Amino acid sequence: MRKFAIEVNSLIKNFGSTIAVDDISFNVEEGTITALLGGNGAGKTTIISMLMGLLIPTSGNIKILGKDIITDRYSILPKTNFSSPYVDLPNRLTVQENLNVYANLYSANDVKKQIASLSERLNIKSLLNRKTGQLSAGQKTRVALAKALINDPQLLFLDEPTASLDPDTADWIRSYLQEYAAQKKATILLASHHMGEVERLSNNVFMLQEGKIVDSGTPKELVKKYGRSNMEEVFLDVARGRQIDNIVEN
Amino acid sequence: MMNNFNLSGRRINALVLRHYYLIRGSIPRILEMAYWPTVQMVIWGFVTQFFIGHSSWLASAAGVLIGAVLLWDLLFRSQIGFSMCFLEEMWSRNLGHLFVSPLRPHEFIISMMVVSCLRGFFGLLPSWVLAFVFFEFSIFSYGLGIVAFFSCLMVMGWALGMIVVALVLRFGLGAESLAWVAIFAFAPISAVYYPVETLPAWLQIIAWCTPSAYVFEGMRSVLIDNNFRYDLLLGAILVNIIYLFAGIFVFSFSFLGARKQGKLLQTGE
Repeated sequence: MRKFAIEVNSLIKNFGSTIAVDDISFNVEEGTITALLGGNGAGKTTIISMLMGLLIPTSGNIKILGKDIITDRYSILPKTNFSSPYVDLPNRLTVQENLNVYANLYSANDVKKQIASLSERLNIKSLLNRKTGQLSAGQKTRVALAKALINDPQLLFLDEPTASLDPDTADWIRSYLQEYAAQKKATILLASHHMGEVERLSNNVFMLQEGKIVDSGTPKELVKKYGRSNMEEVFLDVARGRQIDNIVEN
Repeated sequence: MMNNFNLSGRRINALVLRHYYLIRGSIPRILEMAYWPTVQMVIWGFVTQFFIGHSSWLASAAGVLIGAVLLWDLLFRSQIGFSMCFLEEMWSRNLGHLFVSPLRPHEFIISMMVVSCLRGFFGLLPSWVLAFVFFEFSIFSYGLGIVAFFSCLMVMGWALGMIVVALVLRFGLGAESLAWVAIFAFAPISAVYYPVETLPAWLQIIAWCTPSAYVFEGMRSVLIDNNFRYDLLLGAILVNIIYLFAGIFVFSFSFLGARKQGKLLQTGE
C-alpha cells in the first residue's frame, strides 16, 4: 500500500474576494520529489504556506505525515523544514549562530556534531564565522539549506530553491537535494518555475494556474502528453491556456 | 492538541540566544540600551540637587524624583524590550522561519519577556550605578517591597508590548513607531512625578485603571513616609492581571489574523 507524506483534499484559500487556491486535491507519496509548477501568482507559495500550517485555509483538509496540520501542527513541525529565498535568516548573526539557534529550536541531537556534519557536506565550513548578511546569493542558499536540514527532516518544503543562483551553484544544490532524498528516504515538495530543475529532480509534477491544478504527471508523461520536447514548452502551453487536443493535432 | 501547549526551555533559550547574539555583535545596540536611562537619570539627579535647596518637600524626600525616573525607565525598557524583539524578527524577515519551526506562540512570548528583562536590567544598570555614585541614591535601599513594584512595572510593560506587537502584526511595519511612543500615553495618568490626587477627579478614575499609578503612589509612600502600602501593591497586581490577559488576548487574536492573511511569511522591511 502506498503511503502519502502529503494528503490534500478540497483545499480553498480566499483573500477577500481573491481566490488564491481554488478547490485543489492531491497526494504526495513518501520518499518522492514533487514539484508545484506554475507562473507568478499561480498559488505555489500559498499552498506551501498552508501545508506548513503557517497560513490557515479557508476550507479543506491537509494531512502531513498522516496527521492533520491544523490540529496536530506541533507534532508534525519537528519532522519538517523549509527554505525560501524570500524568507531570510537574520543577517546580523553569523552562520554558526544562526545554525545554533535553529538546531535548538528544532531540538536537534548533538548540535555541534550536526552543524559540523552539515557544514562539511554543504561546503560552508569556511563561512561559519561570517555574518549571514555578508554572504553571496549562492552562499546564502547553501546556508539556508543547512538550516532546512538541521533536523534531518522527513519532509522538506522548498520554495524556488535555486532562484537567482548561477548555473554551477544551482546544479550543485540540485545534486545535493537528490542525494539527500535518496539517502534519507525523505519527501521533498518544491515550488519552482525553473523547468530544468523540475524536469531533473521531480518524480511528479502538479501544474498550477490561477490556484487550480490544471494537469499532473511525471515530467516525461507531461512532455509526451503535450507533444513537446521539454517541460519549458509544456509550461508555456499551460501558462498560455493552449488546449492539449490542438497542440497534439498541430 | 495537548502538544500545542507544551513548553520547551530549549526553544525559549534558543530565541533568547538569538537576541543575545544580535546584541553582543552590535555596539550601537548595547549603547542604545543604556544611553537614554543614563541621560535621564543624570538630568533628574541634578534637577533634584537644585530643588533640594529650594523646596522643603523635596528636601525631605530627595530620592523621589530620581526614583520616579528609574522606575519609569524600567516600565519603558520593559515595553520597548519586548516590542524590539518582535521588530527585530520583522526587520530581518525571519518570522516565517520561526513559525514553521516547532516554536509555539506562547514560547515566543516567554522568550520576549526574558529578553525584555535582560535588556531592562543591563540597560538600567549603568543608571542605577551612576545614581548611587553621583547622588548617593539606591532604589534597593528601600527594601524588597520596591522589587515587587519593579515586577509590576515589568509585567505592565510586557502587556503593553504585546498590544504594540499585535498592532504591528495587524498594520505592518508602518505601525512600528508605536513601540517608541505608545507608553507615553500612560505617562500623565501614571502619576510618575506627582500624586494621583493632582489630576482632575475624572482623570483620577482613569489613572487608577493603570498598574503604574499604584506603583508610583506606592514608591512615594515608601520614599516619603517610609511606609510600604500593601493595598497599592495588591491594586497594581490586580490591574496587571487584567492588562496581561488583555495583552495575551489581543496578541493571540492578531496572530490568528496574521495566519489567516499570510502575513507571517510576507512581513518584512
